[in-house]
Amino acid sequence: MMAFCIAQIPQWLAEPGLQHFLIISAILFSLGLLAVITRRNVIMVLMGIELILNAANINFIAFTRYSTLSLEGHLIALFVIILAAAEAAIALAIVLNIYQRFSTVNVDEISTLRE
Amino acid sequence: MAEHILESIQLFLPEIALTVTLCVAIIADLILKERNHNVAYVVIAGLVVTTIFVFRQVGFNESIFSDMVAVDPFAIFFKVVLLLSGFFIVFFSIKCRELDANKKRIGEYYMLITAMMLGMFIMAGATNLLLMYLALELTSVASYILAGYTKRARDSAEASLKYVLYGAISSGMLIYGVSILYGITGATDVYGINAALQTGDFSPLALLTAGILIIAGFGYKVTVAPFHFWSPDVYEGAPITITAFLAVASKAAGFAMMIRFFKVSFIDAELLTAAGVWDIIAGFQWNIILAVMAVLTMTLGNLVAIWQNNIKRLLAYSSIAHAGYILMGLVVLTDQGIASIMLYFVMYLFMNFGAFYIAMLISNKLNTEDIEDYKGLGYRAPLVCVAMAVFLISLTGIPPTAGFIAKFYLFAAVISAGWYGLVLIAAINTVVSLFYYVRIFRNMFLVEPQGDTTPVTFSFSSKLLVFALLIPTLLFGIYFKHIVDFAQSSVKMFGF
Repeated sequence: MMAFCIAQIPQWLAEPGLQHFLIISAILFSLGLLAVITRRNVIMVLMGIELILNAANINFIAFTRYSTLSLEGHLIALFVIILAAAEAAIALAIVLNIYQRFSTVNVDEISTLRE
Repeated sequence: MAEHILESIQLFLPEIALTVTLCVAIIADLILKERNHNVAYVVIAGLVVTTIFVFRQVGFNESIFSDMVAVDPFAIFFKVVLLLSGFFIVFFSIKCRELDANKKRIGEYYMLITAMMLGMFIMAGATNLLLMYLALELTSVASYILAGYTKRARDSAEASLKYVLYGAISSGMLIYGVSILYGITGATDVYGINAALQTGDFSPLALLTAGILIIAGFGYKVTVAPFHFWSPDVYEGAPITITAFLAVASKAAGFAMMIRFFKVSFIDAELLTAAGVWDIIAGFQWNIILAVMAVLTMTLGNLVAIWQNNIKRLLAYSSIAHAGYILMGLVVLTDQGIASIMLYFVMYLFMNFGAFYIAMLISNKLNTEDIEDYKGLGYRAPLVCVAMAVFLISLTGIPPTAGFIAKFYLFAAVISAGWYGLVLIAAINTVVSLFYYVRIFRNMFLVEPQGDTTPVTFSFSSKLLVFALLIPTLLFGIYFKHIVDFAQSSVKMFGF
């Protein structure tokens, strides 16, 4: 049964390589950017930003794994995770404050500063 | 290895001093019961110690912590500029009435200013992409909170939201670009990247993608078009002291990092055509991209500034335009261009802080930021308004002020590199900028006061600070030999 399953997997998927990860990360980056551009809810925009950061992380890990490069990629990915958490904490605190002032988290409605 | 780390720590003392100041500021805020500007004096003391350590580094040209940070004349020059702006901002903050509504949290405010200073110090010296990213984030995260410091005001809350959204997106783009660059070159320090790119063994399309994403990340920090959208709103909504800090110090640090990144990683060391003139790596014409951005930035900044009525918003657009002028110095790929950028920042610091400070003083007394309310102010507060006129003349770039010298050296560097079209556009922009600067001048002096005509008086210490900014602005317009020499001798970066 097991052997049958493996035989069904096409050749280009059988062994995941660097390309696969790069394509995944490119898709993730594009989706993140799309969320940032199209979503009007601040929380959704922040989630889009998380996708962008994680796309970068996949790149770093994949490059380190599939090449003879040093461990720096793993290291950077760890730092990016920490920074994403710090940034999300700050951003959510700011969003909370915005909600108290404006009673909305829609970016289109938060625009008193415009001439 | 241990020896190298010990030696590195010796050369990392300014940053360590700032870290200690940060901790002491938090503790002082906890211990001191009175909610006044006590913490400011702690921060000033910390900055004085940092200044001493920075001056002890003069003359060093070394790379520390295994090519993480460079301690070279270039970094030291920018650290001096950052320290000067740090001192001014702390003094401004003590005077600023806008912050008094939040006196209970004023200790945090100074603590965060120190955190921003630390981030910007590391930005000036970082030679590793990870450290550049971390320093950029440290500066940004502290400034997101500071922009929303007067959080009960709707403007301030909105400013911080817009800042955090744009900032996070740009830094996400930056780190994605860095990840691609890491894949291409296999290195994270700028020297390794340069060595890997010298071999020419890479896909130009991948390098272009990485380069554009990194330019987006840096471009947000130095507010160049088309990554400037956040800045007018943030500058208008944030407390005026923070607006001034973002417009000068954060921009200077961003430029320092950007110049170092482009100059060290993307030039071809073997193709040096003449002393002080560099050639860029084949396959990525980044200076053309930057030239287009410079033209866009200065044109857009100046044209939109004409329609502004809020003084903070006007100065925000003016500072966008200045970022466009400054970017020209990097486009021309010469040491002369870099020296003129550094000179520009010294002059820009005094004149721009001056304009912001006067706007703050007027806002303290009259509670207005509207240029229409400046009518006849020249008769009510002559000294301050004459000073404002000098700062505006200097921002336009008319002799005999510091702004003229700064623009003169910058334009000369661009002309001698043969970019005549760029200089022509910049010159036209300078003329355009005259329109909106003159409008403030006209409202202050050529319109009769309406309504309230009582004189507006300022305290002695406020006037002292005006003179501290006014005198250099005038002096550097006439006597500038030493400052030019200092800038030209500071162009040297570690390794190049």
